[in-house]
Amino acid sequence: MKDNGSVKRVIRKEDLTFLQKAYITEIAKGLRLTIGKIFQPKFTHNYPDEPWPFQPSFRGRPVLVEEDGIERCVACGLCSRVCPSLAIEVQASETELEKERYPIRFEINMIRCIFCGFCEEVCPEEAIVMSDEYLLAFYQSRDAIYGKDKLLMSTERLAKRLEFLRENR
Amino acid sequence: METLIIAFIKIVIVTLVLLTAVAYSVYAERRVSAFIQDRLGPNRVGPFGLLQPIADVVKLVFKEAIVPRDANKPLHDLAPVISLTVALATFAVIPFGNTIQLFGREIKLIIADVNIGVLYILAFSSISVYGIALAGWSSNNKYSLMGSLRSSAQMVSYELSLGLSVVGVILVTGSLRLDQVVLNQTNYLLGVIPAWNCFVQPIGFITFVVAAFAETNRQPFDLPEAEPELVGGFHTEYSGLKFGLFFLAEYAHMIVASAVITTLYLGGWHLPYIDFLDLAPMLMSIIGILTFATKVILVLLFMIVIRWTIPRFRYDQLMSLGWKVMFPMALLNIFITGLLLLIFS
Repeated sequence: MKDNGSVKRVIRKEDLTFLQKAYITEIAKGLRLTIGKIFQPKFTHNYPDEPWPFQPSFRGRPVLVEEDGIERCVACGLCSRVCPSLAIEVQASETELEKERYPIRFEINMIRCIFCGFCEEVCPEEAIVMSDEYLLAFYQSRDAIYGKDKLLMSTERLAKRLEFLRENR
Repeated sequence: METLIIAFIKIVIVTLVLLTAVAYSVYAERRVSAFIQDRLGPNRVGPFGLLQPIADVVKLVFKEAIVPRDANKPLHDLAPVISLTVALATFAVIPFGNTIQLFGREIKLIIADVNIGVLYILAFSSISVYGIALAGWSSNNKYSLMGSLRSSAQMVSYELSLGLSVVGVILVTGSLRLDQVVLNQTNYLLGVIPAWNCFVQPIGFITFVVAAFAETNRQPFDLPEAEPELVGGFHTEYSGLKFGLFFLAEYAHMIVASAVITTLYLGGWHLPYIDFLDLAPMLMSIIGILTFATKVILVLLFMIVIRWTIPRFRYDQLMSLGWKVMFPMALLNIFITGLLLLIFS
């Protein structure tokens, strides 16, 4: 056969023993591997059935921290200013409480939100933090605008995240 | 008349069981291959995904069957039918138990108790190549044709060693009856080892198993459908129910091949050492059927595990293995068996 350069010649290694050439023992070795694999634990995570375990550093959807049934937010509007995608809208009002100001309207457009966490970083009151919720799907775009009713989340529920922030900020 | 009714009942039961087994062997294949690859496999439909085969069949039935414009329509329709029919018909001569006492009659647990059982199996396994060859030719597609050509060449090469390795079994048994083959394996070698043909003639066993893998187009000999090079091989142009028939036929071939291996080499329905226990005949029959089923399932699992152990042979490797190794080995097996029989009897 003419060797035209493009044809690669494969030379079998000559140091195969008789047992290796006979193939049967090699098949048995392969079978030991495959059968052993059957009984090993599987890599797959049964996702919707078993929820994924989150690290406290996970940035889910931003929420307002609710302490003793009332939000910590003082409606300073810093989060709204820092938000790169202009997703947050805050409307302030006065209150008899010690903090004097509170947001009468607080809306995050979840279609615009990019989960950057700037609002959480800039907040002086630790009032807006990133939660571990991430399942956000809407049938209509107006459903994507989350008001205070959907944004409030209790401190107990956010305990891990708040602790993480205190340690790392 | 009475024998006809009994035969009919046996046919219905065996066909139903066989088709269910075929559906579940697909499930077993998917599940076991998933386990070998560190995955979970189908586990969504029903408990542990056990209803998956039903969902698969329903899906295939409702899919559109597309026939290529220039295909030979009658042959294109006929090919999958041949494949499945041949696979199911082969099971007719396989004894899946000894005898059972029902309603005062002694019923043999075999559909067709013919005296040329071994020949029947060989004949039908040769016909199965027609299904694949016709499918490839009638599709008018180069990949299909390549697949079916490979299949024909492979079948011719391996039919020979298949037939020749069975000759060893026939020499030992002295009969072509499959129930005689099984009864001959109920003895014991040296009083302890069951006289299964796989212990009596290991060379013949290996050549037969390898040839059976090639006959069923299973890995490592699945060249007719070799998906990386031939798209889907002979069934490239098939869809819908007709593809489903090919799919079922492949697994029916697997089950029948396991059943034939069990019957010829692994002692059929006989469970070793059970005859020392002196059980009731009814119990013995049931244990026989269960033993047969267990053995077939184990061989089937072996076939599935082999699929993920050995990579596909190249075409020239396949040919040289068939003609330069398997063929002489099978001849050698006949020679040794004949010589030993001549000396000892």
